[in-house]
Amino acid sequence: MTIRVILPPHLRTLARVDGELELRVKTPVSQRAVLDAIEAKYPMLRGTIRDHVTQLRRPMVRFFACGEDLSHESPDTPLPDAIASGSEPFLIIGAIAGG
Amino acid sequence: MSKVRVLVGTRKGAFILTGDGARKRWKVSGPHFAGWEIYHMKGSPVNPDRIYASQTSGWFGQIIQRSDDAGKTWNTPGSSPEELKNTDGMTKGESNKFVYDASPETGKPLTTHQWYDGTQHPWEFKRVWHLEPSLHEPDHVYAGVEDAALFESKNGGKSWHELAGLRGSDTGPKWQPGAGGMCLHTILLDPKNPNRISIAISAAGAFRTDDGGKTWKPINRGLHSQYIPDPNAEVGHCVHRIALHPSRPNTLFMQKHWDVMRSDDAGDSWHEVSGNLPSDFGFPIDVHAHEPETIYVVPIKSDSEHYPPSSRLRVYRSRSGGNEWEAQTKGLPQRNCYVNVLRDAMSVDSLEPCGVYFGTTGGQVYASADAGDSWKPIVRDLPAVLSVEVQTLK
Repeated sequence: MTIRVILPPHLRTLARVDGELELRVKTPVSQRAVLDAIEAKYPMLRGTIRDHVTQLRRPMVRFFACGEDLSHESPDTPLPDAIASGSEPFLIIGAIAGG
Repeated sequence: MSKVRVLVGTRKGAFILTGDGARKRWKVSGPHFAGWEIYHMKGSPVNPDRIYASQTSGWFGQIIQRSDDAGKTWNTPGSSPEELKNTDGMTKGESNKFVYDASPETGKPLTTHQWYDGTQHPWEFKRVWHLEPSLHEPDHVYAGVEDAALFESKNGGKSWHELAGLRGSDTGPKWQPGAGGMCLHTILLDPKNPNRISIAISAAGAFRTDDGGKTWKPINRGLHSQYIPDPNAEVGHCVHRIALHPSRPNTLFMQKHWDVMRSDDAGDSWHEVSGNLPSDFGFPIDVHAHEPETIYVVPIKSDSEHYPPSSRLRVYRSRSGGNEWEAQTKGLPQRNCYVNVLRDAMSVDSLEPCGVYFGTTGGQVYASADAGDSWKPIVRDLPAVLSVEVQTLK
């Protein structure tokens, strides 16, 4: 499946991309599958979204999709159909923090 | 024609200041890595165009950057465009992977240290405070990290492994974080003995290896710290910075949380040389490039008032290796000054006369082209300066 991902600005700079990513992701399309695809194509992003070893989401990174916060979902839960079909983007967000 | 390159790490990016040999005309480039904290940048003594940078963020963690063209372009090691095009296999993207060694091969896998409440707490990687390129090999570089440990890369920063004997030494479980965290912030490579490395940790103290990093011992005898239960303890001292002159690596100078100290036996014993300083609290300490007994500190009022005494920014210079200090004030603000100078934010060049540089939390980078007699700001409105390193380019 080809899905759409929007990275936070600092990670777009790090990965040297503009705008949305379009990625081929294996099915079922889950958070883990999406992150695997991102890290395979953009290895400089490894460790910035989830931990190298534990594979846990970094605490101040959030995952939004279809108007929902999916950050606390299991990484293997299938993402909504609209994400899997590419009609809606999967958003990776740097949490609002500080003043 | 000689030039100097000043590598400045700040709270919101990196800046490179390039000056002519007279150190009068400066060109400023940056911010590189805008918006990220740059704890430290340092160039290889073997290949000055090779610069390593520690880029960190509370959101996205640690990034290691490397430039091979004097800071014009940067890549996370292992992911340059050429390497990404390589069809031999996907690059691993491990240049920011700092994993503590808990393997049985280390002999003493260590998993906890002392926490603020006296309990044992797991070691957790947070960031790289200091990068120290090898004196001999551009691809060889050390990283001092928080929580305190020493890592090493021999492939230009593509991957890292821990020198676990340091944490595995007997005292590791007694180490504890200071107010700034438990960080390994100073790495001194002995230019005359490749097997000798001295490091410093807040708030554990100083340690030395004489076998290339396999085994380590505390070198804190003579330190006296009233903020720990046993002021003369083997570990627990909040060492802020250590410096040496390459011609006399057995003489070490230390700025401790309080006290300026000196050792003439590579750290085996220390004695105080604070002398007539207006305050012996401070962070950086450095040594003149050509005079091994000339040293510099920036006194700070206290550990809770992180600004200069009497709101006057003064660099104190001793030409006698300590004890007798003279204030250097020409060109520095002498009223209403409330900036701090952090531990990695002072450096010297090796031109004649020696240049001295430091950055402040107010965003100024001051330079002296006459060994400290007078100062001028190169820039004065950067984000808070975390680190300053100088490269002398012949």
